[in-house]
Amino acid sequence: MTAPFPTHKQEEWRYADLDALRPVWEQFAEPLTLTVGAGESLEKVWLSSDEAVQVRRVQIALEKDAKVRIFVLNTASEYGRTEFEVSLAEGANFELYGANIGTGLSTNEIVTNVKHISVGGRSRQTIRSVLNGKATGSYLGKVEVARGAQQTDAEQSVKAMLLDRGATANCKPELEIFADDVKCAHGASVGEIDPMQLFYAESRGLDPASARRLLLEGFVMGLWDSAREPDAIREAARKALRNTA
Amino acid sequence: MLEITNLHATVADKPILNGVSLDVPAGEVHAIMGPNGSGKSTLAYVLAGRPGYAVSEGSVRFTPTRHPRESGGPASSSADQKRDSRLRGNDDGGFNLLAMEPHERASAGLFLGFQYPVEIPGVSYLQFLRESLNSQRRARGEAELSGAEFIKLAKAQATLLGMDAEMLKRPVNVGFSGGEKKRAEMVQMGIMAPKFAVLDETDSGLDIDALKAVGAGINRIMRAPDKGVLLITHYQRLLDYVEPDRVHVMLDGRIDRSGGPELAHELEREGYAEAAA
Repeated sequence: MTAPFPTHKQEEWRYADLDALRPVWEQFAEPLTLTVGAGESLEKVWLSSDEAVQVRRVQIALEKDAKVRIFVLNTASEYGRTEFEVSLAEGANFELYGANIGTGLSTNEIVTNVKHISVGGRSRQTIRSVLNGKATGSYLGKVEVARGAQQTDAEQSVKAMLLDRGATANCKPELEIFADDVKCAHGASVGEIDPMQLFYAESRGLDPASARRLLLEGFVMGLWDSAREPDAIREAARKALRNTA
Repeated sequence: MLEITNLHATVADKPILNGVSLDVPAGEVHAIMGPNGSGKSTLAYVLAGRPGYAVSEGSVRFTPTRHPRESGGPASSSADQKRDSRLRGNDDGGFNLLAMEPHERASAGLFLGFQYPVEIPGVSYLQFLRESLNSQRRARGEAELSGAEFIKLAKAQATLLGMDAEMLKRPVNVGFSGGEKKRAEMVQMGIMAPKFAVLDETDSGLDIDALKAVGAGINRIMRAPDKGVLLITHYQRLLDYVEPDRVHVMLDGRIDRSGGPELAHELEREGYAEAAA
């Protein structure tokens, strides 16, 4: 049986483009499930496709001391959504590096629910959005620390760059903590290209378009530094950034 | 080489430059000294074309020695021709500097050493400088440098300035100390090899060793018959290493007084107020 179609009243669907989602909902109603066994490691690079609407819904269970590192690029021309529900057992380590690069009227979002269910788990979420035109880019990230999940170490770093007046960024880190010996850091910022950085680059001979491209690459490309095979996602991100110029 | 005539400029509608006139011939180093708020940094930014620094009156003519590309060789496209005509300047070989975009001024051979060099996270110095230099070279119709050629040049310039070349792999100025940033500005100047440098308090924040290295760098890179320097400084001490041909005192947005190198010593002894009287 297909799960009920979401509504904007559900927090995790609040900024979604439901009109774009409706025709394809049946394919995505059930999330993909992955289990990473005790002590195992998994690294994934998820690129965008050429589809106008792209949805990924993934449930990942990390068993004791499992390590997962995911790199994801959201650049759908209409609606892109990458959604994670992650549970971390004792000593598990989850890292997510994601970018929304949106142009025109597109909506791209990364929605996460990271559940630390046992002691000593570590999670890192680093999200960057670059948006022009009337594009929307969102990060809704919930971190839950269960009763007894002591020494949890969770971080969320969320930054968005708006290139045009009409662009929108939603950044919402959310914490739900039921343990008293944990570290949960989060930071969010929304800004524009720094005019002083732009002038500095231009004063060295870069024309304004190249200077902007370089600054935007600097804003985004650090995400892929720890990937074992970063070339494909680097190239795809570069291409997407060029489209925002 | 750089002729500034009756330059007036405002920042946020506030007049800062009130008629600066200054002529720096090729082959000379001129120092501008003056108290805080007298307009020295504003002059530097106006020369480099910083947005928001509005020129209300006056002119700046920049006459670098001609580049070989401009005297021969047919332009390959109308875009090239348009670009070349902008970069070629007028009949006397000079540019109307104020009509040019910041990156065009750089390609024409102007370099600004920033008082507060800007940090650019995520962009390595090597990438930043290679793209900048090649952008300048393209604009001048010169061949671009390959990655290997560029790295060789950058390493050599870093070494000459006493900077660890490994630092060029780091993001632009991120985590650099004040002194390291100023040294890095000079490394950039060595790589760009400009015709004219405006150095805005390049000596501030430097210890004695760094000051010597920076002074030697300025002499090595910019002391030449076809180059010129405008050295903005508060203190006499940089001038012990880079001896100026002329010293100008700026007060209230204009040049109040000019003299030979001895004027700097006089200022150091007596202060600006006394020297102005």
